[in-house]
Amino acid sequence: MRKHYEVVIGLEVHVQLTTNTKIFCGCSTAFGSSPNSQTCPVCLGLPGALPVLNRQVVENAIKAGLATNCQIAPRSIFARKNYFYPDLPKGYQISQFELPICEHGHLDIETEGQGERGGHQTIGITRIHMEEDAGKLLHSDDPTTGSRVDLNRACTPLLEVVSEPDMRSSDEAIAYLKKLHQIVMYLGICDGNLEEGSFRCDANVSVRPWGQEELGTRAELKNINSFRFIKEGIEYEIDRQIELIEDGGEVVQETRLYDSNTGMTRSMRGKEEAHDYRYFPDPDLVPLIIDNDWIETVRGILPELPEPKKARFMADYSLSAHNTDILTAEKALADYFDACARQHKDAKACANWVMGDVQRRRNDEGISVAEIPVTPELLVGMLERIADKTISGKIAKTVFEEMWTSGKSADAIIDEKGLKQVTDTGAIEKMVDDVIAANPGQAQEFSEGKDKLLGFFVGQVMKASKGKANPGMVNELLCKKLRG
Amino acid sequence: MKITRAEVEKVARLSRLALGDDELDALTGQLDAILGHVEQLNELDTDGIVPMAHAVPLENAFRADEVKPSLGSEKALQNAPNPVDGCFGVPKVIE
Amino acid sequence: MNLIDLTIHEMQQQLADGTTTAVALTEAFLKRIHATDEQLNAFITVCDEEALAAAREADAQRAAGNVLPLTGIPVALKDIFVTEGIRTTCASKIFGDFISPYDGTAVRKLKEQGAVIVGKLNMDEFAMGSSNENSAFGPVRNPWNSDCVPGGSSGGSAACVAARQAAASLGTDTGGSIRQPASHCGVVGLKPTYGRVSRYGVIAYASSLDQVGPLTRDVRDCAIMLGAVAGYDAADSTSVDTQVPDYLANLEQGVAGRKIGLPKEYFIDGLDDDVKQAVDDAVAKYRELGAEIVEVSLPHTKYAVACYYVVATAEASSNLARYDGVRYGERVDEGKGLIDMYSQTRAAGFGDEVKRRIMLGTYVLSSGYYDAYYLKAQRVRALIRQDFIDAFEQVDCILTPVASTAAFGLGEKTSDPLQMYLSDIFTLSANLAGICGLSLPCGLSDNKLPIGVQLLGKPFGEAELLQTAYAYEQASDWQGQLPTL
Repeated sequence: MRKHYEVVIGLEVHVQLTTNTKIFCGCSTAFGSSPNSQTCPVCLGLPGALPVLNRQVVENAIKAGLATNCQIAPRSIFARKNYFYPDLPKGYQISQFELPICEHGHLDIETEGQGERGGHQTIGITRIHMEEDAGKLLHSDDPTTGSRVDLNRACTPLLEVVSEPDMRSSDEAIAYLKKLHQIVMYLGICDGNLEEGSFRCDANVSVRPWGQEELGTRAELKNINSFRFIKEGIEYEIDRQIELIEDGGEVVQETRLYDSNTGMTRSMRGKEEAHDYRYFPDPDLVPLIIDNDWIETVRGILPELPEPKKARFMADYSLSAHNTDILTAEKALADYFDACARQHKDAKACANWVMGDVQRRRNDEGISVAEIPVTPELLVGMLERIADKTISGKIAKTVFEEMWTSGKSADAIIDEKGLKQVTDTGAIEKMVDDVIAANPGQAQEFSEGKDKLLGFFVGQVMKASKGKANPGMVNELLCKKLRG
Repeated sequence: MKITRAEVEKVARLSRLALGDDELDALTGQLDAILGHVEQLNELDTDGIVPMAHAVPLENAFRADEVKPSLGSEKALQNAPNPVDGCFGVPKVIE
Repeated sequence: MNLIDLTIHEMQQQLADGTTTAVALTEAFLKRIHATDEQLNAFITVCDEEALAAAREADAQRAAGNVLPLTGIPVALKDIFVTEGIRTTCASKIFGDFISPYDGTAVRKLKEQGAVIVGKLNMDEFAMGSSNENSAFGPVRNPWNSDCVPGGSSGGSAACVAARQAAASLGTDTGGSIRQPASHCGVVGLKPTYGRVSRYGVIAYASSLDQVGPLTRDVRDCAIMLGAVAGYDAADSTSVDTQVPDYLANLEQGVAGRKIGLPKEYFIDGLDDDVKQAVDDAVAKYRELGAEIVEVSLPHTKYAVACYYVVATAEASSNLARYDGVRYGERVDEGKGLIDMYSQTRAAGFGDEVKRRIMLGTYVLSSGYYDAYYLKAQRVRALIRQDFIDAFEQVDCILTPVASTAAFGLGEKTSDPLQMYLSDIFTLSANLAGICGLSLPCGLSDNKLPIGVQLLGKPFGEAELLQTAYAYEQASDWQGQLPTL
C-alpha cells in the first residue's frame, strides 16, 4: 500500500544548551545533583522573582542559526506560553512565539539512492527559538501515591529547531537529525546525549495520496530518545495511518507516544484537553536586539563546520569522500586527525591509523576522543619512525599497544625494547645466507620456478631477525641470492 | 452580549478556577458589562500603531553566564504543602 | 512633641543630636500600632521583635559612627513585598503561611540604609482594588473617618502613615494604588517612572504597569524614601540604568517660571464640588508662586480605563498562574486528581475581585480574542503615551485631580465592579504611559476628609516633580494636617 502514498515529515528538535547556568537565573545546569538543590526564587517561580536573560544562550542561538543558514532576527522577543502543569513552576513557559531569534534556514542531507528522492535533499528550517525547559515529574510505581516534582531542570536553556515538512521518509528524517546533531556538537553548544534528553525530537508525521496538494492530517510523536526509535516510531506511524485510511477511517490530529517496548505508538487523547496557550509578550523581559556587529563577532568565533571541514580534508589531505565522512562524523575525532595530519606529512597514514587502530582501541574501551591516551603528538612520533624506516608497520602495532597502555613515546619504547629495524646490509645478508643454507631443498625448488616460496624465505628471515629486519631489504637480497 | 455563560465556563476551566453556578452567573453579567465598556476602544483607528508592550522603551538586558548560589532544596521546599523525598508532591499525573 | 508625630527628616535630626534613639522611636510606633490597629486594620503582620532587634542594631551602628539616611527610621511595607523570614500574604488566602526565602531589592535597600521594618501592611488582594475592601484580612479603615475606605490598593500603606503607625511606608502603584489612597488619607504618595525602582521581590499584579513608591508625611520625606529605593537593578530586566539624582539637593528650588499644564479632559463633569474647589485653589496657589498655568490636551484619556483593564488583567491572569498549590501556599486537595486540586486551590484561595480579573485577563488573551482586545489595547496604550509625550513638549508638569471624590463609605461601591474601575480614570494613564506621578494633600472635603492633587511628571523627572510638590506644600495650609485618632 505504501507506494500509493507520499509520506510527509516535519521535525521539532529541542536542543538543551550546555551553558554554565540556566537561561533566566544563575543556578547551575549540572546534571546529577539531589532533587531541587539547584533552584532559586526565579526557577522555582516564587512570588516576586523575575527572569534575566543569560547572554550566552543568545550567543549559542546565533551560532546555531548561522550554522543552519538562518537569518538572525535584528529584533526578537520572548513570550509566555500559558498552561498549568506541575513541572512548570510559573504556570507559563517563557519561550519565543511571534518573533523568534532565527528563521528561514536549511540543512542539506544525503540519503542512500532510492529512485527520485535518493541522494541530496535540502530540508528547510522554519525557525529556531530560545526557551526554558520544564522540571522533571517523577512517578511512583505505586498507583496510590502521587507524583513528585524536581525543578533542577526547570529553566535550563533550550533551542527549539523547527523544520519545514520537507522530509519524505524516515531515512530522510534520520539523516536530517544526524546532521543537526552533528552541527550542535561541532558548535559545542549541546552535549548531544539523546538518552538523557539533551537532544529531543518530536516528529510530525502525515501521509497523503500521491499527487494530492494539501497535507494529510498529522500525528505528533513526542520525545523519542534514540535515532533508532525515531525511525521505528515514524515507520509504525506511516503504516498505521495508511492502514487507517485504507480501511476508510480518518487520521485524527493528536499527540502520540512511541513505546519502545512494543514498537507501537499510542494516542494521548483524552489525557489532555484542547490547549489555548494564550501567548503574549513577556512583560518581565525586554526586546532582544542583535546588530550586525554581534552577528559578525559570533561568526568569527564559529568553529569549522562539518561541510567545510570535509572539503578541506579532501583537498588538503587528498582523502576519499568515504574516509572524510568517517573522520568528520565526530568533531573531536576530526580534530584529533587534523592535529596528526598537521604534524605529519603522510596524511593517508594518519587517516588509516586514526580510522583503524585508534578507533578500534577506543571502541574496545568505550571512551571518548578526549580520553584517548595516545595523543596526536605520540601517534605522530610513531608515524615518523615508520616513515624513516626505524620500525616496520608490523612492529608499529606493538609500539602502538605499548604507547596506549604506558603513555610513553614511540622513541622510548623502541629504545627500551630494542625494536629498531635492522637496515645494516651486512647483518641482513648474513641472515639471508643462513636461511638459504638451512633450507637447501626449498632454495632448489625456488630456483626451479616455485616463486611462491619467496614468502617462506622472507618469513624465515624476519623470524630470525625477530621482526626487525627491513622487509624491503630482505626481499631484495633474497631474490638476488636465490636467483643467483 | 459580549460574552456568554458557556464562554465564562470555558474561561474558568482555562483559569483553573472551580466556580459555582452563582459565581458563574454573576461573572457573566459583570464581564459582559466590562467588555461592553472595552468595546469603545474600537472607536479608535489604530492601524499602523506599534503595540506597546512596555511602559518605557527598553532593550537588551542580560546576565553573564556565571553560577550564583542556589537556595538549596531545604529552602526550596520550606513552603511546600506536600514535600516528599526532597520533591514537591502532587496528585498523581497520568501520562 | 510626640515621637510618632515627627517626620523622617525631623527624626534624622533628633537621632543625630541624641534627643532620641531608634529603639525609642520603634517602641513608640509599635505602641501606636497596638493602640490603633484594632480600629484601622492597617497591618497584616506586626513584627515587634524583629523591629526592636533592628532598632538596637541601628543604635549600635550609629554609636559606631555608621550613619545612613534611614538608620533607625521605623517604616512599614505593603504586604506585596516579599520579606525573608517574615510572613508575606499579598492579602490573599492563597499564600497560607508563606515565608519568603529571600528579600526583594527594595526591602534589601531599605535594610541596607538602616531602616527598621515594623510590619507588613494590609492592601487589596494582589493589589487589585481601589478601596482596600478586597483583602482576605478585612478592610482597612480611613484614619480620618473609620466608616470610610482609605482607598486602595495600598490602603494600609496610606492609612498607617496618616495614623502615624510608621514614619513612612512603601506601596505599589499599578493604576493609582499609591496616589489614590495617599489622596484619601491626606499623605504624600509617589509613583515613580516605570523602571526607576526595582520590581524584584514585589509580587506581580501587572508587570508592565507595577511600580514601587513611597507614602510619606511630607514631600521631603518622600524624596528621602525615593532616594533610598530608587536605582538600577540587574535582577529586574525592566529596571532602567539611569543615574539616581540627589532628590533633596534642589528640593527648595521653587516653581517660578515652570509651566504647569491642566489637561482639559480631566476637568470634567462628575467631579465633586469640594474636590474641584480644592484643586482649583491649588492651581491658584501655583500661579501665585510664579508658575505659568496652561491648558493642555490628553485626547485619549477616556480610553484609559478600557485600555488598562485589558492590559492589566491579561498580565495578571498569567502572573497569578503560579499560585497553584504545588510549591507553596494553601492547597485544597479532595483527592480527585491534579486539575481538581488546581481548581479547588485557586477557587478557595483567591477572592472575588482577583477571580474576576483572572477571568477577564484569560478571556482577552484567549484564542480568537487576542487581536481584538489585547493587541488593540496595546495600540491604544501607545496613543495614550503619545498624548503625554506631546503634552510634555509644552509643559514641565501636569496637574490633575487624583479622584473625583474624597474617600467614599465602606461598601458603597462594591456592588458594581465597572463603576469602581471607572473611578480610577485620573490615575491609570500615568501607569499606561510609564511616567511619574505624585499625590499631594490640597484640602479637606465638606465631610472633613482629605483631598489630593495629582502632579504628573516626565519620565525620570521625579526630582522636578518633588520640587514642584514641595513648593506648594510649603506655601499651603495643609502641611502637617493629621487625623485625630
